[in-house]
Amino acid sequence: MVPFLLIFIAPIGYAIIQSLQKTVREGGLFGAPTTVWAGLDQYVRALNDQDFISSILRVLLFGVVQVPVMMVLALALALLLDSQSARLKRFHRLAIFAPYGIPGVVAALMWGFLYDPRLSPITDLLGKVGIVPDFLGAGNILWSIANVVTWTYAGYNMIIIYAALQALPADVLEAASIDGAGPWRLAMRIKVPLVAPALVLTAVFSIIGTLQLFTEPQVLRTITTNITSTYTPTIASYSAASANDYSYAAALSVLIALVSFILSFGFLRITSRWNGS
Amino acid sequence: MTGREQMDSSEPGKSRSSSFRAGARSRGAFAPISVNLVLLVATGYFLLPVLWLVVAATKSRADLVSSFGFWFTSPQLLQNLSELFNEQDHVFGQWLLNSLLYSGVGALVGTALAAAAGYSLAVYKFRGREAIFSLILGSVLVPATALALPMFLAFAKVGLTDSYLSVLLPSIISPFGVYLSRIYTQAAVPTELLEAGRVDGASEWRIFRVVGLRLISPALVTVFLFQFVGIWNNFFLPLIMLQNDRLFPVTLGLFSWQSQLSREPQLLLLTVVGSFVSVVPLVITFLSLQRYWKAGLATGSVKG
Repeated sequence: MVPFLLIFIAPIGYAIIQSLQKTVREGGLFGAPTTVWAGLDQYVRALNDQDFISSILRVLLFGVVQVPVMMVLALALALLLDSQSARLKRFHRLAIFAPYGIPGVVAALMWGFLYDPRLSPITDLLGKVGIVPDFLGAGNILWSIANVVTWTYAGYNMIIIYAALQALPADVLEAASIDGAGPWRLAMRIKVPLVAPALVLTAVFSIIGTLQLFTEPQVLRTITTNITSTYTPTIASYSAASANDYSYAAALSVLIALVSFILSFGFLRITSRWNGS
Repeated sequence: MTGREQMDSSEPGKSRSSSFRAGARSRGAFAPISVNLVLLVATGYFLLPVLWLVVAATKSRADLVSSFGFWFTSPQLLQNLSELFNEQDHVFGQWLLNSLLYSGVGALVGTALAAAAGYSLAVYKFRGREAIFSLILGSVLVPATALALPMFLAFAKVGLTDSYLSVLLPSIISPFGVYLSRIYTQAAVPTELLEAGRVDGASEWRIFRVVGLRLISPALVTVFLFQFVGIWNNFFLPLIMLQNDRLFPVTLGLFSWQSQLSREPQLLLLTVVGSFVSVVPLVITFLSLQRYWKAGLATGSVKG
């Protein structure tokens, strides 16, 4: 079995080593490109690159708002579906989960058409009541992207939380309701603390997803000029690679991987301390 | 379906008056009407763009821009489909086949590797086992897009870019699959059974195939599904690896049409119809295999 493991691990390790190798070489500006050792120059350059820094701040802002909104939405939907009063559970569950099966490119294309005033029935309808939304404007575009991401992944997170809710022992819930806990108290005091591990898991995956934000803004770039070539860190590294600035692109990739690893690992540490384990 | 849910759904069959009284007493703030209303609004939000896509895919070019987007106007889906598949020398069909190849082969090989790795990590005690497992867990936390670019650089070095392999090779890696396989093996494969196999003189490889694989096959279906959808939906990797549009998967193909819209506006309708077609097979597979998703997600979250 060990050979399988080697085949498996090797590409990941190779990729990381390769990215480090590349970052310490640099193409010459004149004549035939030569690669030279440049130490940490590319990293220094990245940390002094105002566009790159603001792209990181932008996705952090995005994550601070979008991840909690999506988590609350997913948790609320899971609790509603788990409550006694809900009808048509299967239908709702499938409908809410379905967007996860839709490729990010297609999701962004669809929402792009719905944002685009030339095509959108939504702007048509809002226009009739006197509201002229500008989904693609400079001030709104980040939240329009957040909407696409939330739409795609809320159902996925909802299913994970819902599965955890379904696995809760029935006698605990029964005992609580015999003790007079209403559905609201039952949900807040019993169910939510018990599914906390599932919430942590989904939050971590959401944080990782936020830092690699790429597909949605890249697709929406085709219909708005408000998304620059350094809008998110991943778009920045893609742009660097497109401009054949490979060593810089690799340095940015390593930084993105590092930041997201630190963030999600840190989040796991903090939450496990909360749980006292 | 779990037992609790079955109980829920059988409830309406019971005496109506008693369940009504119980409801009136305990529901309070969570009135059934408001619960269901909120659910309907939420479901509407998740279905609305899909409704738009279905409707828009049936429209003519003129109607697409001029008529109301959430309802049908002189549907002509078949005509749109034939136009879609005939565009640019049947390139769209090629994209669909490519997606199927990348996702099918990638998920199959990836699942086999994940099964073998997860199984060996669970069954065999060897030096550095925990270190390797931590490494795999750690790589779950490293974003795939951050790895794609270094892989492109590595592949460029050995001249592998712009080929089927350049997308397939990175796709077969699934740390999450290894993780799930290990967890599931620990839970589902009893050590006594393996010992019995060894006593009977079966080779380790044979025990893995006959005993291990069979017992963890439910988890493997989940791993396969996750990888299939993950590869099908992948965009960044093919975007940086591929130049030749005959090798594109369908996501990248649609994106390339979308980016040409300013020069070739007639591609707008085809992008819409193509998006619709690319979603249909996936949604069907996805919904019909839903119980495997739930099983896998429950394993991942509860036991993890």
